[in-house]
Amino acid sequence: MNLRNLRISFTASLIAICITCGVSVQAQQSPTNTSIPPQAILQPAELVQMLKSSAKPLVLQTGSHVLYAEAHIPGAEYAGPAGKSEGIEALRARVAGLNKDSLIVIYCGCCPWSRCPNIKPAYQQLQALGFTNVKALYLAENFGTDWVDKGYPVTKGR
Amino acid sequence: MERTARSSTLGSLLILSLLLLLFSAPIGHLPLAAQTATHGVGVGHSAPNFSRPDLSHRKIVLSSYRGKVVLLNFWATWCEPCLTEMPTFVGWQQQYGSRNFQVIGISMDDAAPEVIATVSRLKLNYPVLMGDEYLGADYGGVLGLPVTFLIDRDGKIRARYQGASLTRIKDDIQNLLQSNTLEP
Repeated sequence: MNLRNLRISFTASLIAICITCGVSVQAQQSPTNTSIPPQAILQPAELVQMLKSSAKPLVLQTGSHVLYAEAHIPGAEYAGPAGKSEGIEALRARVAGLNKDSLIVIYCGCCPWSRCPNIKPAYQQLQALGFTNVKALYLAENFGTDWVDKGYPVTKGR
Repeated sequence: MERTARSSTLGSLLILSLLLLLFSAPIGHLPLAAQTATHGVGVGHSAPNFSRPDLSHRKIVLSSYRGKVVLLNFWATWCEPCLTEMPTFVGWQQQYGSRNFQVIGISMDDAAPEVIATVSRLKLNYPVLMGDEYLGADYGGVLGLPVTFLIDRDGKIRARYQGASLTRIKDDIQNLLQSNTLEP
C-alpha cells in the first residue's frame, strides 16, 4: 500500500515537473509580455523568405536611429522611435495614404523583446489607424543576436 | 508485487532524469551563451581607442586610462535593462575607484538632452559621452543594449557582456583588479 502511494505521488510529481519544464521552455521560445497577438508575430526566417519574393512588404524600423544607422534590414526605412510621441508622429506620417490592407512589417530589436519600448506602441498605433495586415518581427534578444549573427542580410547608413 | 512496484519506480526515475536533462539543456544554455558571447570586437585584443567630449565637454581619451581597469558600458535612455543596472555601476565606481577602476558610459541615444537629464537623475559618478554608429561599429556592432566591455590595465578587452549577470561582471572586475587576470 505504501509503495502504491509512493508511486502515485511520484507520478504526480513527474507530471507536474514536466508541465513546469514545458512551460519554461515555451516561455523562452515564444513571444510573451506584449499585447501583440501571435498571428501578428513574424519570425526572422519568415521575413528573409518574404524579402526574396517579388512582392516585398514595407519594412519599418521603429526604434533607435543610431542602431538603424549601424545596421538594418536592406530596404527597411527608419520610421522613428515609437516609444516616443515624435516617433509615433513619424510613423503616422509614413503610413498616411497607404492602403489599409498593405503588408507592413515593423521591427525594433533595441532590447529583449519583452522589454522593448517601441514595438508594442508601433503595432498599436498601426492597429488604431486601421491597418489590417501588420506584422511585428520577433527579435527575442536584439537585432544583433537574432538577425545579424544569424547571417541574414544587412546594410548600414542613415 | 513489491518487486514490480520497485521496478516501476526505478523506471519512472529514469524517465524523469531523461526529461529533466532534455528540458534543462536549452534553459541552461541560453544565459550561458549570452554571458560568454565573444563576437564583435575580439576579446583579448586592444580596445579601439576613441577621443570624444563627455557631457561636461571634457575630452575623454580611452588610451589615457591605461593602468586602470575600465568598464565601458553602452546604454541608452530608452533601454530599460540599461537603466536598471546603472545604479550598480555607480556603486562600483564608488567602491573600486580608488583601486584604479573607471566606468565610462557611452550613450547610443539620438540626442543629448534626454541623456543629460538621465545622468542627472541617476546621479552618475562617471563620465558619459555620446556614441554613434561609427563607435558602435568599432566595437564590433552594438546592435542591442546594454552591451558592456571590461578592459584591463593594458588596454585589452577581457570580456564582452550582453545579458550577463551583474554578479558575474563584479567577479571579473575583482579578479582583474587583484591580478589583472580573469578566471577561465
